Parts: sequence; structure tokens; C-alpha cells
Amino acid sequence: MKDEFFELWVYLSTTPLTGLTVTLVAYLAGRRLYDASGRHPLLNPVLIAIVLLVGLLWAADIPYRRYFEGAQFVHFLLGPATVALAVPLYRHFAEIRRNAFAIAVSIALGASVAIVTAIGVGWAMGASERTLLSLAPKSVTTPVAMGISESIGGLPSLTAVLVILTGITGAVFGTYVMNALGLKDWRARGLGMGTAAHGIGTARAFQVNELAGAFSSLAMGLNALATAVLVPVVIRLLS
Amino acid sequence: MIENLTLLLVCQLIGEAVVRLAGLPVPGPVVGMALLFGLLAWRGGIPDGLGKTTAGLLDHLSLLFVPAGVGVILHFDLVAAEWPAIVGALILSTLATIAVTALVMRKLAKPEDRA
Repeated sequence: MKDEFFELWVYLSTTPLTGLTVTLVAYLAGRRLYDASGRHPLLNPVLIAIVLLVGLLWAADIPYRRYFEGAQFVHFLLGPATVALAVPLYRHFAEIRRNAFAIAVSIALGASVAIVTAIGVGWAMGASERTLLSLAPKSVTTPVAMGISESIGGLPSLTAVLVILTGITGAVFGTYVMNALGLKDWRARGLGMGTAAHGIGTARAFQVNELAGAFSSLAMGLNALATAVLVPVVIRLLS
Repeated sequence: MIENLTLLLVCQLIGEAVVRLAGLPVPGPVVGMALLFGLLAWRGGIPDGLGKTTAGLLDHLSLLFVPAGVGVILHFDLVAAEWPAIVGALILSTLATIAVTALVMRKLAKPEDRA
């Protein structure tokens, strides 16, 4: 009996089915809590799912690589989902075009603040140079951030982690900051989320309001561009 | 649904090919998004089914970040070594960015067109 159980465990821990299933179950658990709370920002479903899964991998001693063999099927959908952002962007394009100037200025300033404050606060609190360089592009989507990090001498794998943590921070606390500032305009709220917290912030924005989601998607894309241009300039000015 | 998913994948595939052929510094799906946007503009509207498929996908956008997020487990030690500075920088910088971007936008945006 014990051997049979062991064999079953060995089988289940190697098949991709397990990684995929636990990812969906953890997300649905997070989503249930989130929806039941009226989509309370602190109960962010990404955060809940990650905490549950990290706990599971750690407790069951499953290597991330093996988990990812199953989870990659979910990860893969990020590509088509990015393409799908064209639909809300198209739907709200008239509103975007009317405010093209305001959007460009807001994102350029937001991108500058993201880079300078990340480096500034990190430096003031004693972070190493390698960490500072890895922090600089933290607000943009992972593939772009890793590319920027590598080009300036940061550590791309550290940047990947910082990008995820930034997204969660924005999605969880962003709502409070904007409420405290009395911001009611969905366009402004979406732009703030997307500029600071890329796709994870955009996911939150879509769950709250579709117009905010469209502006957040736009901000995520434009900030990738702005940050790629600005980071090397800021680094040159500082060194 | 399969037709719409295929449309998204075809756009992505063309995007990936263009990025590699032209050596562009943006991810392939972003070019795919521009392509789909162009198609919608050319067609002059969003087909019903496509609207539903993309809404379903985007409603669960947060799910798609979970596998990469669990990857944090691989680099715990890198973050743990300097965690006070990293946590401080992430929180202050992220919140300052949200505040500045949204406040500037509120100041500059034209009143919303509700037509």
C-alpha cells in the first residue's frame, strides 16, 4: 500500500497535468476570495495564487522547472492575451486620440519618476550597484525589462523577480493611493496603473473598469518604450 | 471561439516573425497587437465573437501571470540579501509613479466624451 502510494506520487509529481491543475485551482481559490470580497485590492488573486503555489512547491519539495512543465500552458496564453489588448484599445481609440498629448506627457513623467525614485530610494537605503541597475526598469513588462537590465549591467533574472513584485505592489496598493488623492477619472487611474505596474496592474484595472483597462494597456505599452529610452540616459547622468 | 483564438495566434505569429526578421526591440505579441488593431480599423468594427473571446481572456489576465510569479521562488536569495532596500524602493517608487502619472493625466486630460 505504501509503495503504491509512493508510485502514484512519483507519477503525479512528474506529469505536466499536476502543475497545470494546481495553477488553475490556486487561481480559482484566489479569485473566489477576491470576488467574494467585492474585488478588494488586498485580496489580489495573483498574490494569493503565488503564495499558495510557492508554499506547495516548498512543502512538497517540487522543483520550479518541473512545476513549469505544466504551468507553461497558462504562461503561453500571455502572448495571445497581449494581442487581444488591441480590442479594448480599438474600442476606446477616439478617447485615446483626443487625449494623445495628455497621455504622452503623463507617461513620460511617470516613467521618469519610476526610474529615478527606484534608483534613488534603493541607493539611500544602501542597495548594491547591481541591485540598483536591476531595479531601474522594474515598472515595465518582463521581457522588455530584462533586456534593459542586461544592456546596462544589471542582473536580468533579479529584474524579472522585481518586475513581478512591482506589479503586485501596484495592483494591491495602487487603489488606495488613487482613492486618497481623490482620483475618480478612470482614464487617469488606468494610466497610473499601467505605467507603474505593467500587466499585473492592467489585469487589476480590467477587473475594475474596462475604460481603465484600455488606458492601462496603452500605458503599459508606451511605458515600455519610454523606459527603454530613458533608463540608459538616467544611468549615464548618474555615473 | 476557436476561430478567434486562431486569429489572435496568427497575429502573434506574424508579430514574432516581423520582430525577428527586422530585429525590432519590442516583444512579438506587441507587434501582433498593432496588427490586430490595424485589422479592426480596416474592418471598421469589432466582430461579436472576437469581442467575447478577448473579454473572457482579459477578465482572467491575472491568471496568466501566476506561473512567472511562482518563479520568484528561484531567486529568493537575491532578494533576501538586500530586502529592506528592495522593499522600500519597490513600494515608494511604484506608489509615486502611480500618483504622478494619474495626477498629471487628470490635470491635462480633456473632459470625458460620453457621446
